[in-house]
Amino acid sequence: MEDIGIVSYGGYIPRLRITAKEIASIWGKDGERMSSGLGVYEKSVPSIDQDTATISVEAARAALRRTNINPLDIEAIFIGSESHPYAVKPTGTIVGEAIGATPDLMIADYEFACKAGTAAIQNCVALVKAGYIRYGLAIGADTAQAAPGDALEYTAAAGGAAFIIGKEDVIASINYTYSYATDTPDFWRRAERKYPSHGGRFTGTPAYFKHITSCAKGLLEKAGTKPEDYDYAIFHQPNGKFPKKVAKILGFTSEQIKQGLLVPFIGNTYSGSSLVGLASVLDVAKPGDRIFLVSYGSGAGSDGFDITVTDNIMKLNRENAPSMKEMIDDKEYISYGIYAKYTDLLYWE
Amino acid sequence: MKESVARFWREIPQRYNIIGNKCTVCGRVFFPPRESCPYCRRKSLGKMQKIQLSGKGKIVTYTIIHSATEDFEDQVPYPIAIVELDEGPRITAQIVDCKPEDVKIDMRVESTFRKIRQDGSTGAIYYGYKFRPMR
Ligand SMILES: [Zn+2]
Repeated sequence: MEDIGIVSYGGYIPRLRITAKEIASIWGKDGERMSSGLGVYEKSVPSIDQDTATISVEAARAALRRTNINPLDIEAIFIGSESHPYAVKPTGTIVGEAIGATPDLMIADYEFACKAGTAAIQNCVALVKAGYIRYGLAIGADTAQAAPGDALEYTAAAGGAAFIIGKEDVIASINYTYSYATDTPDFWRRAERKYPSHGGRFTGTPAYFKHITSCAKGLLEKAGTKPEDYDYAIFHQPNGKFPKKVAKILGFTSEQIKQGLLVPFIGNTYSGSSLVGLASVLDVAKPGDRIFLVSYGSGAGSDGFDITVTDNIMKLNRENAPSMKEMIDDKEYISYGIYAKYTDLLYWE
Repeated sequence: MKESVARFWREIPQRYNIIGNKCTVCGRVFFPPRESCPYCRRKSLGKMQKIQLSGKGKIVTYTIIHSATEDFEDQVPYPIAIVELDEGPRITAQIVDCKPEDVKIDMRVESTFRKIRQDGSTGAIYYGYKFRPMR
């Protein structure tokens, strides 16, 4: 079987953080209880001059810095997000221009709640396999917004990760991918609305858990593997509790999910969520390591990936860009007042 | 407003990627790119070569803006610096990812991709380079 998979990767997390405790203090809630209930201590916040396009550019440039790939050989750019800066005008063209990949390529923005980035990876894999493109760039990034006072305000965060997909010098082969989707209205945002709405308790059992477990089981069957065959497992992380619970249901250990579980320190980066986890795993992965990843997007669907790290990871210049851990540790705390100003909560017409 | 979108579009290679040019007669590097070299003048015509600058450099001098135009007033106080790039040219840019009091002369900086401004909530968004402390 021909190796197709990840050739390089890069992530980006904005520097600003707000703690769950600070948010809770504004709304008269107990911060410690909110933190332990959600499994999230603090979340990343974009600065006033950052959005999904700037985060995507930083992640893509980090991926390029780790290799010698000529950006002109990137023949497809797909960006998954639910916070594209424009309703009409692609984020992908901004990124394509900023990394020097234009104009001889295909570009499209994807949307499927938090799983649009993994859909972008699948489509790059397919195009490489079909021989249509040499390299594809798949990105999942978001600057998630939550209504003031909503439970989502404690977790809605900013960040993203970029993956160059190809079949030369593959650092992590994508052996199998499997998807599962149904029409499930657990979380949505109507056109023209700034903040999302959600089905409260409905977001758990019939949505997140059903789709991830169904996708994971389908993938294990397709790959002929068992949970214990994997060194790392990554699940979509809307909070710190859900991925731990779904791992346990499926028979994965807390040790397997630890390296990819970033949500306690940065919050839920939506389309970036499972992908910043994958970037964090690739930061430390060794040849032969096997990775299991299942994303989740409301609405609803999951994409699963069975990945094997190759010997080429030792040749990748991982140190040419900061690791996810370095970006998590490089932070500046802000107050709720500054947060409100930076995230446009004070906006009026 | 239309004119400003067109002008921005023409300058995208410089603003997104800090692409300058080099006089192949004397070796001097320019940003923004120039038609001819002011030192070699006519000799440099047709000998100016496009060059991708590294985006790395150091702060030569800076000032803290406390009173800004409408586009930037929600960011005050913020530092603006003259950055000398490793290739030689000096450019003026905003310094981000650090507190104004932490900006120092000779501090090493690198470029970062940010929103520069936007035409209100309905107009175009303009992206480009700013600089941050090198880590
Ligand atoms: Zn000259």
